[in-house]
Amino acid sequence: MLLVSYQFLLFLAVLVILYYLIPKKFQWILMFTAGLLFYACGGPGGLVFVLVTVLSTWGLALSISRIPKGEKKRKSLFILGLLLNAGILAVLKYTNFFLQNINTLLEPQGVSFSYVNWLLPLGISYYTFQSVGYFTDVYLGKTEPEKNLGHYALFVTFFPQMVQGPISRYDELKDQLFKGYTYDSRRIRSGLLRMLWGYFKKLVVADRIAPLAITIAQAPEGFGGIWVWIGMVSYTIWMYSDFTGGIDIVLGVAELFGIALPENFDHPFFSKSLAEFWRRWHMSLMRWLREYIFFPISMSKSVGKLSQKARKVFGKNMGRRVPLYIASIVTWFVTGIWHGASWNFVCWGMANCIALLISQELSSWSKKFRKTHTWTESNAYGCFEVVRTFLIFCMLEMFEYYPFSSVFRLFVSMFTEFDPRQLIGGALFNMGITIQDFTILILSVALMVWTGFVSLKTPMREWLSKRPAWIRFILVYGLFLCVLIFGIYGQGYDASQFIYNQF
Amino acid sequence: MDSKKYTRFFIAALIIAGSLTALTRLLVPKYMGQVTEGAFIGEYYEDKSSHDLLILGDCEAYENISPVALWKEYGITSWIRGSAQQLIPQSYYLLEDTLRYETPKAVLLSISAMQQIEQVSETYNRMTLDGMQWSDAKLMAIKNTMMPEEHFIEYVFPLLRFHSRWSDLSEDDLKYYFHGEPTTHNGYYLRADVRPAGEFPEERRVRNPEFEAKGYEYLDKIRELCDKNGIKLMFFKAPSLYPVWHEEWNMQIEDYAGTYGIPYINALKDIEKTGIDFDTDTYDGGLHMNVYGAEKVSSYLGPMLLEAGLQDHRNEPELAVLWKEKENRYEADKAAQTKEFAEKGYLAKYAGEYTH
Repeated sequence: MLLVSYQFLLFLAVLVILYYLIPKKFQWILMFTAGLLFYACGGPGGLVFVLVTVLSTWGLALSISRIPKGEKKRKSLFILGLLLNAGILAVLKYTNFFLQNINTLLEPQGVSFSYVNWLLPLGISYYTFQSVGYFTDVYLGKTEPEKNLGHYALFVTFFPQMVQGPISRYDELKDQLFKGYTYDSRRIRSGLLRMLWGYFKKLVVADRIAPLAITIAQAPEGFGGIWVWIGMVSYTIWMYSDFTGGIDIVLGVAELFGIALPENFDHPFFSKSLAEFWRRWHMSLMRWLREYIFFPISMSKSVGKLSQKARKVFGKNMGRRVPLYIASIVTWFVTGIWHGASWNFVCWGMANCIALLISQELSSWSKKFRKTHTWTESNAYGCFEVVRTFLIFCMLEMFEYYPFSSVFRLFVSMFTEFDPRQLIGGALFNMGITIQDFTILILSVALMVWTGFVSLKTPMREWLSKRPAWIRFILVYGLFLCVLIFGIYGQGYDASQFIYNQF
Repeated sequence: MDSKKYTRFFIAALIIAGSLTALTRLLVPKYMGQVTEGAFIGEYYEDKSSHDLLILGDCEAYENISPVALWKEYGITSWIRGSAQQLIPQSYYLLEDTLRYETPKAVLLSISAMQQIEQVSETYNRMTLDGMQWSDAKLMAIKNTMMPEEHFIEYVFPLLRFHSRWSDLSEDDLKYYFHGEPTTHNGYYLRADVRPAGEFPEERRVRNPEFEAKGYEYLDKIRELCDKNGIKLMFFKAPSLYPVWHEEWNMQIEDYAGTYGIPYINALKDIEKTGIDFDTDTYDGGLHMNVYGAEKVSSYLGPMLLEAGLQDHRNEPELAVLWKEKENRYEADKAAQTKEFAEKGYLAKYAGEYTH
């Protein structure tokens, strides 16, 4: 059941009505049942894997909590749980990628393995990370294990977040999920408004710009120079509006049930550096990677020993860098491969890693530069930094959709073959979008930028609530009509998956 | 809620309902241009007179029989409820729908649709179903004939289906915003251009010539509904040369008609008797009749329809006046098309020259 389907809206409407009709103590059971139903609609086969993850992480976490710290069995059970769940994810998601690489290597010897056609449960990367996070927290003693299997199962199968995040922590959600709520029209309105904004981003912007982005991304040989610029920006707008649109819908839906899921974006395109960008983009995933990959690696004994050795051989500075470098490389490798089973994503992750490490190396120089040049504190310089960060992010994205062998050539062509005259004669409008689509896109992106500016100071819904009722009505109803008329949906529309559903 | 809130709520609801209705009206296709088939079904509701004969079916019904010719020659009052690729189940629901307004004495069912029981394109469904007024018949027609990828809600709120037409709006959408123009003559699609029958693509092989059970199910329903309402049911096969009407199909219709005593008029086997000349009486190379062919088919049908119990109403003054108006419009349309075709060799509206 897609978030952009009529079935989902009907399902949601019925569920909200039932939710507030039944006694509070049964609300969580209804949500759990709804989660199973929602997931089963995508194929009952996937449900089996979800239940395996639920049962294994719940049971093993409970067992671990009963074993005193320091005992070997505790660690063995932890490793068993990790291997089982990471194994399911790895096998289902990466087997074909693995076979593809093996086949490439063994091709000269005439050896070839056939690919598998296994079911890939919807949102497996999300719910696996969420469950493993809980499981690890219990092992580390950061959170108490949940004794009630149903409660824990709801945490994993809470349907709004199941297919595209955000990746929540158990200690953040447990009190919210089970306490029960009475009907609150303000909360419902607020949730619906957030959903509407999500649908706007997804249906009006993302699905409209997608053909342009895809056309350019899939033909690296045909489009150089200015087309690389257009492809780069359109791909970024597509991805941002698709992902944040989906997350807005998810958070809005959760809000209808009284649940405040963690925010996943904090105005990432207002970031002044790549490091800041990654603190504000897909925040729940980045937090997960920081807590469960980056920190454990950088603080592990083996990396510590390596750091000491490096300190002795290469000096103090290098020794200090070793944990950071190793943890960053592993974290960004995982980030890349998590996004998709292909070398494109691995390269994209590594490219980000390199860019971040370079900026880390340059940070002391940058600080000095700022101190000696006061104009760097001006708004104009701030704008320059924002634009620079946006372009760096866009350029790094090229590793995601262009073959690795083409990225550098196309990057160079952005400057050497830049010729806006190529656009004269309406060439842009032969790329899957019409001039009307283009106009809608320009206006919609302008609206998104404007709301971004406004919400930097005041959350948009708060800003809206301070306007007179008739202005609120015009703005909200206007937005609704925009989605209704200009949205890409309905007959003839391939109810396209959210990009981030695929992870 | 205090009274002020009630008022606000009421005004907001009014604005929402009004604007959505207005937008829907603007964005739904008007079918006034090159493709007019989508307007056919709805035109029935505009005609307040009763009809002795109801003709049901797909293009073989609405392109091959002229109700005005039936009136002129035999005084038979008739209406064709047909649309492009209209399925047999849809013909059944249109019969149900018609019975809400009148009970014809006879139903002439074009049976060519028996060979294609599932819809092939959503567009055809919309052209048939959108034209129906809301009733149980329409609900059931949508439910039982929509394609798997269609959504019921898009029939209830057509804006959801046609919202993307915002970028294709034309003058027609404003011109016919409130009301369209008649596109048929009692459901008949008049064409006065001529394209002689030529060569046809190779005959498609029919793997399984047996009609599907669903077709028979609805044929039974039509028959039972006619029996229940005292309506004489007749089957009709138009004299279309292509797509080929296979003998296996013909025999099945003959068997069914024989079993239930239903007259089966197969004009395809009576080409000589109809007097059709495929050099002059077809507008699309033998697939469908033009007005000259349709008039010949009507002349051929008339005696059989009278024999089946239909009456000549030409001596009834009220009907005579009403049908005179229809006849005048029909003749004017026919003359205009004939003149244009004689001058240009084609009809601009159907040659893509219609710009709206």
